[in-house]
Amino acid sequence: MSTLDRIRSDFPILQRQVHGEPLAYLDSTASSQKPRQVLEAMDAYYRHTHANVHRGVHTLSEEATAAYEQARLRIARFINAASPKQVIYTRNATESLNLVAYSWGRANLKPGDEVLITEMEHHSNIVPWQLICQITGATLRFVPITAQGELDFPALDQLLNERTRVFAFTAMSNVLGAINPTAELVAKAHAVGAIAVVDGAQSVPHLHSDVQALDVDFLAFSGHKMLGPTGIGILYGKRALLEAMPPFLGGGDMIREVKMTGSRWNELPYKFEAGTPAIAEAIGLAAAVEYLDQLGMDWVAQHEREITAYAWNRLHEIEGLRVLGPGPERRGGLLSFVLGDLHPHDIAAVLDGAGVAVRAGHHCAQPIHDHFGIPATTRASFYIYNTHAEVDRLIAALHKAKALFEF
Amino acid sequence: MDDLYRENILDHYRYPRHKGHLDAPDIHYHDVNPFCGDEITMEVQLEGDRISAVAFDGKGCAISQASASMLSEAILGMTLDEVKALDKEFILEMLGIPIGPVRLKCALLALKTLKAGAWGVEEWPE
Ligand SMILES: Cc1ncc(COP(=O)(O)O)c(C=O)c1O
Repeated sequence: MSTLDRIRSDFPILQRQVHGEPLAYLDSTASSQKPRQVLEAMDAYYRHTHANVHRGVHTLSEEATAAYEQARLRIARFINAASPKQVIYTRNATESLNLVAYSWGRANLKPGDEVLITEMEHHSNIVPWQLICQITGATLRFVPITAQGELDFPALDQLLNERTRVFAFTAMSNVLGAINPTAELVAKAHAVGAIAVVDGAQSVPHLHSDVQALDVDFLAFSGHKMLGPTGIGILYGKRALLEAMPPFLGGGDMIREVKMTGSRWNELPYKFEAGTPAIAEAIGLAAAVEYLDQLGMDWVAQHEREITAYAWNRLHEIEGLRVLGPGPERRGGLLSFVLGDLHPHDIAAVLDGAGVAVRAGHHCAQPIHDHFGIPATTRASFYIYNTHAEVDRLIAALHKAKALFEF
Repeated sequence: MDDLYRENILDHYRYPRHKGHLDAPDIHYHDVNPFCGDEITMEVQLEGDRISAVAFDGKGCAISQASASMLSEAILGMTLDEVKALDKEFILEMLGIPIGPVRLKCALLALKTLKAGAWGVEEWPE
């Protein structure tokens, strides 16, 4: 069996049919599918181990706590964090970014300070900064993107200055596919004394990510885009920064001592983990990370590069089709495109009829679409389980849509 | 899918009826579906209480545009009271296709826009 066949046999959902056709799932950028190893890890946890964590001295609670903390260690190793204390469980990348914006931002930003983000951000790396700038009086600025859909580096160098306190950017755009040079951008931020906050929602599932080599101050990502379940995300942070930050949410687990007059915070990472966490989901994410590690992130990246290059070439056979963003050598495994005057919803509906699942809309990144003057795009995205045959079905269905709507 | 894009839908999408603008509309309203960016403008001229001319303009998917075109045909000659009574069921019957929860708003945008223009009701038709 080829590696690809073996991978596909691990994903039960890939066996299902949609409108009588086998499912071709080309929407992993929005959320990936889950291998049985992840489903089984969560199922086994609920069948044999479940109890609340950190709270009981009975056997189940101790086992659940051990599994939950073991998962944290596994995830910390995956991104090469120096310590699992720097790996904070959240609900998703969005919550991770909000945590940084609110906890770090409220304590550190003041009028006159600047927060720099980019025009290619997902709304989850825009709106929290807009909110925190409103609260603190700091100024929000945007690095523009070029006609090719990449960061405008000369403009970035102009915008970064001694007033910049935060540079928050995505390591990979979920619309343009552009892979940003994270280490270089982090160094630029540090050179002006700013912290670098990296949205890794698209990069961590697809590219080897070493937080120490990249020297990021914060890295946010979601479990559900990397074979894990929904409801679990990660915020990695540098220890000194996390130690100095006030909590984000208050409640159980995040305190050391509660008095009527006030409370003292728990140590890292618990200071940022109020309330009963997503235990099974953390265990599921660790199983996902294990799965990716066994494949090797080099294999993952290579497979995606290859299938993306193939899809790029085949898409360009279609007259009137335009892909947004850089060429296949500088992008991750996703292609957002416009096809003549066809509305992305109509395209996606025709594709769905052929069993091909793609995303249509603005993909939570309106500024990019405004930049290109288009309301919406259709996006096909690839992960470890996608095949050339699925790309061929995408192309065939696009020809069908074109025949139906063009006149 | 073949159900969704029946010939009558494609026909109204390709050859929209009443597309354009009226010189002196009594009711004129523009709305967008924030979900997908579809846009519709509905214009109506009255003679007494009865609709004597209709026009729509817009950009969007086949469902939203065909729905606006078909609605424009349907309301010509109706009284405002009759228009007020139109609901989600009416639109679904008019389109005659199975519509899932995500595309429902595309289908209802024209009626919502019309009702907002006539009575200031901003709710999605039920
Ligand atoms: C680049 C990027 N950032 C952030 C997010 C937000 O992820 P989540 O919705 O899981 O919080 C996404 C998800 O689409 C994304 O693509």
